[in-house]
Amino acid sequence: MLDATQDGYTTADGRKIGGVVMEMKNITLRFGGVVAIKDISFDIREGEIRAIIGPNGAGKSSMLNVISGFYVPQEGEVLYKGKPRPQMKPYQVARQGIARTFQNIALFEGMTVLDNVMTGRLNKMKTNMFQQGLWKGAAEREEVENREVVEKVIDFLEIQNIRKTPVARLPYGLKKRVELARALAAEPSLLLLDEPMAGMNVEEKEDMSRFILDVNDEFGTTIALIEHDMGVVMDLSDRVVVMDYGKKIGDGTPDEVRSNQDVIDAYLGVAHD
Amino acid sequence: MASASRDAGKFVSLPALLDRNAETYGTKPAYREKQFGIWQTTSWSQTRTEIRNLARGLINLGVNKGDFVAIIGTNRPQLYWSMVAAQMVGAVPVPLYQDSAAEEMAYVLDHCGARFIIVEDQEQVDKVIEVQDRLSQFEHMIYLDPRGLRKYDHSQLHDYAHVQETGHGLRDELNPELDRRQSAITYDDICVMLYTSGTTGKPKGVVLSNRNIIETSIASSKFDNLTQKEEILSYLPMAWVGDFIFSIGQAYWCGFCVNCPEGEATLLTDLREIGPTYYFAPPRVFETQLTTVMIRMEDSTRFKKWLFDRYMAHARKVGGDILDGKPVSLGDRIKYWLGDKFVYGPLKNTLGLSRVRLGYTAGEAIGPEIFSFYRSLGINLKQLYGQTEAGVFITQQPDGEVRADTVGVPSPGVEVKIGETGEVFYRSPGVFVEYYKNPESTASTKDAEGWVATGDAGFFEPDTGHLRIIDRAKDVGKMADGAMFAPKYVENKLKFYPNILEAVVFGAGRDRCVAFINIDLSAVGNWAERNNIAYSSYQELAGHPQVMETIQHHVEEVNASVAEDEMLSGCQIHRFLILHKELDADDGELTRTRKVRRRIIEEKFHDLVTALYDGSEEIATRTEVTYEDGRKGYIAATLKIRDAKVVPVTTQKVAAE
Repeated sequence: MLDATQDGYTTADGRKIGGVVMEMKNITLRFGGVVAIKDISFDIREGEIRAIIGPNGAGKSSMLNVISGFYVPQEGEVLYKGKPRPQMKPYQVARQGIARTFQNIALFEGMTVLDNVMTGRLNKMKTNMFQQGLWKGAAEREEVENREVVEKVIDFLEIQNIRKTPVARLPYGLKKRVELARALAAEPSLLLLDEPMAGMNVEEKEDMSRFILDVNDEFGTTIALIEHDMGVVMDLSDRVVVMDYGKKIGDGTPDEVRSNQDVIDAYLGVAHD
Repeated sequence: MASASRDAGKFVSLPALLDRNAETYGTKPAYREKQFGIWQTTSWSQTRTEIRNLARGLINLGVNKGDFVAIIGTNRPQLYWSMVAAQMVGAVPVPLYQDSAAEEMAYVLDHCGARFIIVEDQEQVDKVIEVQDRLSQFEHMIYLDPRGLRKYDHSQLHDYAHVQETGHGLRDELNPELDRRQSAITYDDICVMLYTSGTTGKPKGVVLSNRNIIETSIASSKFDNLTQKEEILSYLPMAWVGDFIFSIGQAYWCGFCVNCPEGEATLLTDLREIGPTYYFAPPRVFETQLTTVMIRMEDSTRFKKWLFDRYMAHARKVGGDILDGKPVSLGDRIKYWLGDKFVYGPLKNTLGLSRVRLGYTAGEAIGPEIFSFYRSLGINLKQLYGQTEAGVFITQQPDGEVRADTVGVPSPGVEVKIGETGEVFYRSPGVFVEYYKNPESTASTKDAEGWVATGDAGFFEPDTGHLRIIDRAKDVGKMADGAMFAPKYVENKLKFYPNILEAVVFGAGRDRCVAFINIDLSAVGNWAERNNIAYSSYQELAGHPQVMETIQHHVEEVNASVAEDEMLSGCQIHRFLILHKELDADDGELTRTRKVRRRIIEEKFHDLVTALYDGSEEIATRTEVTYEDGRKGYIAATLKIRDAKVVPVTTQKVAAE
């Protein structure tokens, strides 16, 4: 799958990170006169947890939308698995093995957790509406197969007790977890998380961090995440891209980024010493 | 009752019973566990195969006869199998409370000198690793759930599935050795060692022999006519003797099926899906269920509420009598039948208790109202009185002679006597062998003739012959004026109010009694919600003036009721406060089975006790708390102290000795 000439690296905790999965080359994104992203380049490697951080309005979500293929940059190139990516519809992106969660939870509130997570399997279902209406045969078999995958995800994220609960009745932190479950149900190779910890309390954040690490560890899923809780980002990620006003001002391991003066000034406030 | 009439003589160990069950009940279910949302059944013959594979794997790892194998986790079939596999190879299983902090585990693991530890998941592995260097005899650890453990050093760590596979591969080679070891087990060998949670001091290892467990299981199964067809839900801690008797002893003797819930949070759903026929729960579980029902009824429509109230009133009137087979008029019976169709039946179904033929509660006193609520629904809920040292059973209630305030008659084979000081003593085939490595405690608890001191004070009711427990003998004291002081008696009365979760009464050697109260957050929280009272924490709600007012009413009602008892009228509560934190086992204030550790609480909150006695209106305090992950923090609070009305007692009689 990967170009053998691209070297990976080994993380501090001994995980082997592979070659480049996705590469951003000189991306510039404009909305009318507003420049959201200015000439940014970075890559995401196989098996790593890659964070994009920055203050409000830095262009993080726009960047994630470029990665997901929802926005098409005016300049620059997105290479996915070594090939330039053509303009695609969201479902085509999903078929490529990319799944995401949203900053403002986008679940079907009236449906149960189980049904919501099942929608993550939609891409894998081949039966049509009529077969499903008849139910017997192919549709039933398919449902059972997909339900098995979904149950494994439910078990993994420890949400068995809310399996049959309508999403609207859940607290915020759990909804976020259900959204992660739906993304995992698609068995993605690249998982995009848009502010997975936003609005969570300390305990919920700890849970979510553990799940993100477990997903990466257990399934080898490559994860790109946006987050503005610095503590969380520094603990979780292997490499961090820092953005400010649409520009990249830092890129490297958490330690490198932490000691980068531009980053300290822009994001953490100017240090007075 | 084919099984119970069988001769126990041939079956001197649980592995021997397993062989019998695999042969007799072959394809019948032995264990059920929900995995990935589906109940998976293991038959008796499959169970035998699983256990034997594991046992050979254990031999291969080097488990010897007489080794201690610690088992830590929630109720999972594999962990139950681990216990029997350990027995099969001649080792002694030692189940531990899975929610214990690493420190507590270290003491027990070191005390029994466990060479092998079988744990459920990463959480437990981490805890053991944390204290590993203090465990001189520890060699290998086996885990069930590999999640998160891949990167761990596997020189001492083994995957359960892998151990079983190895055992399977070595079947020809190791079968003779395994059979030899199994047949060498005698009736007086150690079956299991269970650590008492201990309201005082360090936990003690109670050694129970095969004889203790098997005789107790046979006697108790006969007492309640348990059969192979029972279904139980095993959710109580595996380290607790009750679970060992119900989920292993009785299950192996009768051959019934043990169902393991998916997780703690899914318990109520699992209960509904399984519909156990034989159900055991401590009073707290029944209380919580009842509180939930009441809260939901408060929130339902007026018609439903009316229907519920009307029929529950009728059930309270005649339900218990119908269950006890007492005469009830035809009209009342018809009305009860209607009620059963519209209210009781659906309610029992919601609670998962539709099929319950026999329910037991023990461990603490149960509120008479809670008790009669379940009985009036037609659920045969009974009480038993027991101890780890007795292999559970000391007394239990026979069908038709059930009351809330007694604990029944001596169980079959058990002799009970009341000592001169009022302490209850018993002697039975279930009496433990000894406290492990603790001859002094053994000698002070069990005398040469085999009589065991329970540490509880009680008496037999003259007309019914039922035992009534007053309190822990140690806690029963005297007040300054010589009147009897029985804190638990008063605390239980307080705890019967849904708003009060826990109460601790002080007064030994003093001139009057005072109390700490813990409110029940779900009951009081619901009340607050309905009355538009905003609160952000337990502490804030506990300090709310209206909550204080409500609790004061409860205390005063209890005082009035305590005053009616001549012997204990001195125990009325003069002053009380609502604690700023919930009493917690992690802080050492409760035992793992949630019993109050009186002395520790008195020491820890000595400033509050002083304030209760010196007449101050409020007291500022700072308390250390331990979080679930072992970190410590502080809670600071200013607590209001209230005076409660007491009923004047004119004729102060001398306390009975």
